[in-house]
Amino acid sequence: MNIVVCVKQVPATTEVKMNKETNTIIREGIEAIINPFDTYAIEEGVRIKEQGGGKVTVISMGIPKVADLLRETIALGADEAVLLSDKAFAGADTLATAYTLSLGIKKMGPVDLIICGKQATDGDTAQVGPSLAAKLGIPHTTYVRKIEEIREGTIRCQRLTEDGYEVIEMPLPAVITVVKEINEPRIPSFKGLMKAKKAEIPVWTADEIAADESLIGLKGSPTWVVSTFVPQHNVNSEMIEGKPEEQAKILVDKLLSLQLPLSK
Amino acid sequence: MDYFFTEEQSMIKELAARIADEKIAPVALEYDEKGTFPHDIVTVLAQSDLCGVYIPEEYGGLGGGILEMAIVVEELSRACGGIALAFAATGLGSFPILLFGNEEQKKKYLPDIASGQKLAAFGLTEANAGSDAAGIQTTATLDGDDYVLNGTKQWITNGGEADTYTVMVCTDRSRGPLGFTALIVEKGMPGFSFGKKENKMGIRASVTTELVFENCRVPKENILGREGMGFAVAMKTLDRTRPGVAAQAVGIAQGAFDYAIKYSRERVQFGQAISSFQIIQHMLADMAIQIEAARALVYQTCRHIDSGAKNISKESAMCKVFASDMAMKVTTDAVQVLGGSGYMKEYPVEKMMRDAKITQIYEGTNQIQRNIIALELIKESKKKQ
Ligand SMILES: Cc1cc2nc3c(=O)[nH]c(=O)nc-3n(C[C@H](O)[C@H](O)[C@H](O)COP(=O)(O)OP(=O)(O)OC[C@H]3O[C@@H](n4cnc5c(N)ncnc54)[C@H](O)[C@@H]3O)c2cc1C
Repeated sequence: MNIVVCVKQVPATTEVKMNKETNTIIREGIEAIINPFDTYAIEEGVRIKEQGGGKVTVISMGIPKVADLLRETIALGADEAVLLSDKAFAGADTLATAYTLSLGIKKMGPVDLIICGKQATDGDTAQVGPSLAAKLGIPHTTYVRKIEEIREGTIRCQRLTEDGYEVIEMPLPAVITVVKEINEPRIPSFKGLMKAKKAEIPVWTADEIAADESLIGLKGSPTWVVSTFVPQHNVNSEMIEGKPEEQAKILVDKLLSLQLPLSK
Repeated sequence: MDYFFTEEQSMIKELAARIADEKIAPVALEYDEKGTFPHDIVTVLAQSDLCGVYIPEEYGGLGGGILEMAIVVEELSRACGGIALAFAATGLGSFPILLFGNEEQKKKYLPDIASGQKLAAFGLTEANAGSDAAGIQTTATLDGDDYVLNGTKQWITNGGEADTYTVMVCTDRSRGPLGFTALIVEKGMPGFSFGKKENKMGIRASVTTELVFENCRVPKENILGREGMGFAVAMKTLDRTRPGVAAQAVGIAQGAFDYAIKYSRERVQFGQAISSFQIIQHMLADMAIQIEAARALVYQTCRHIDSGAKNISKESAMCKVFASDMAMKVTTDAVQVLGGSGYMKEYPVEKMMRDAKITQIYEGTNQIQRNIIALELIKESKKKQ
């Protein structure tokens, strides 16, 4: 099994601060960590490898310093890590990021499974995993909370939904994005830390992955962030009391009074 | 304070600290309450490679010494002195093999201990042989290719959980301590079972049981050194592991101090944080002074032993006495800083006070340690004349 895990560097804080003028995330002075959701992706990749054999390669697009974080993933059990880094990648939105990652993954040769965290804690879009699958032309499942089985070129997993889970089976190669319910990431081993210290992290530039200049970085990013805000969820709820029949009547009357458009 | 650790020692400390903070601290009070063995934490330790810090690389360990062992014990004990003991008592059970085992024995037993697949234990104490270790009555008689063991060891840490036991027995009653022999006994050997499990004041996540030998057959190749060397095996082992008890004491005290100072900044009385009262400040300062002095003595003793020094009994006893008395005082003061909260089980310091007490008792009570120290000092003084 060739497994690729995509990781992103994010600021080590849950309260992301925005630059009000440029609408971009302020990264200065904040410790950088591996996106917490990606740590579950790494752990799952390493567990699959430990059970069935294979290789786990971690990939990230980011600034040169991200190599330090990639080294950490070696301590956690990844076999190799690759950094896609180039000035030309700067300012990438989710589309350009997915394109860039897809080229990096293609350069690695045949891959069976790509694992991403469900979303990054800074941008919170959850788009890169599915976009990456689209760019590679392979199926994907998001919010995976458990891999039930990997067998004969297929994967069957449980996808977390609001009120339970769905069981989805798809052919490999495929992309899954994972939620924190899937496992408990390990603490690195001492030997892993030693290996990580010595690990070489290759850096691939735009040229080396043969990227189309118009599809990477700011140029390849059609997304314009007009403004950012935390949405307010103002739900005015009202409890309806009485016997079930009375409650039903009150509820129907209320709904009718709202004159909601009804579809046939 | 910078203790000039090597890069590897610093990495070991950081890794052990992460395990303590992320994995042990959240479950420490629960294990204390239930008094059950922390199998899940042992698995985490095994995965971390830390179980083998003091075992040579050729047997799968990390090749460190007593200092590395102490660093791990101290960090783990900050979160729970009881859970840390699963690791520390394995060290106690392994040192007889490290010091006196032959190549085959080392190859057979040490790799599984280094990887954390197996735990070890050390069986010396009996009902009538505590401080007076020379009073042991468990016997072993040679019958063909086996020793046949009879007797009961008492209060053995990791009893039942460990797979590898180094046990002191009498092979020749007529010779007193010179008739003692150390044997490696494996869990599952015929005639070897576990008796009473103790219900303890502290270190409740550690398991303490009897080892019961009823015509237990142990192959004679499991002898450590030669017949008659058992007492020396035990004493030389304890000389090397007492700094581990001292490190446990330092860790417990540090955990209590950390909690107490944080609490003192948050607790408001008379309109101000109690940390603004000078009496509290001075208590905190004294606690920190004592902890740092003990830590410095422990590390230096470890380095002294790791350097290959010959005379280590006095130093090893000194650091154990100093650190354990310190831990008892510091944890008691930590309870005082917290006031009534300190007395409540919802807060971790009363447990730390209970846990600290054992460090004054086991691996030789502090009274016995003072005996050892005084006798050495008198001997040294005589030599000078
Ligand atoms: C939780 C726990 C875990 C343990 N784990 C192990 C283990 O893994 N393996 C093992 O072999 N043992 C173990 N022990 C045993 C431990 O080492 C002994 O309890 C300890 O050595 C003291 O012996 P004792 O309890 O019989 O006390 P005693 O010897 O009965 O001592 C009672 C009191 O008399 C004092 N005293 C005794 N003799 C003298 C003297 N000559 N001069 C001055 N004062 C003296 C002692 O200091 C003490 O205060 C453990 C004990 C406990 C409580």
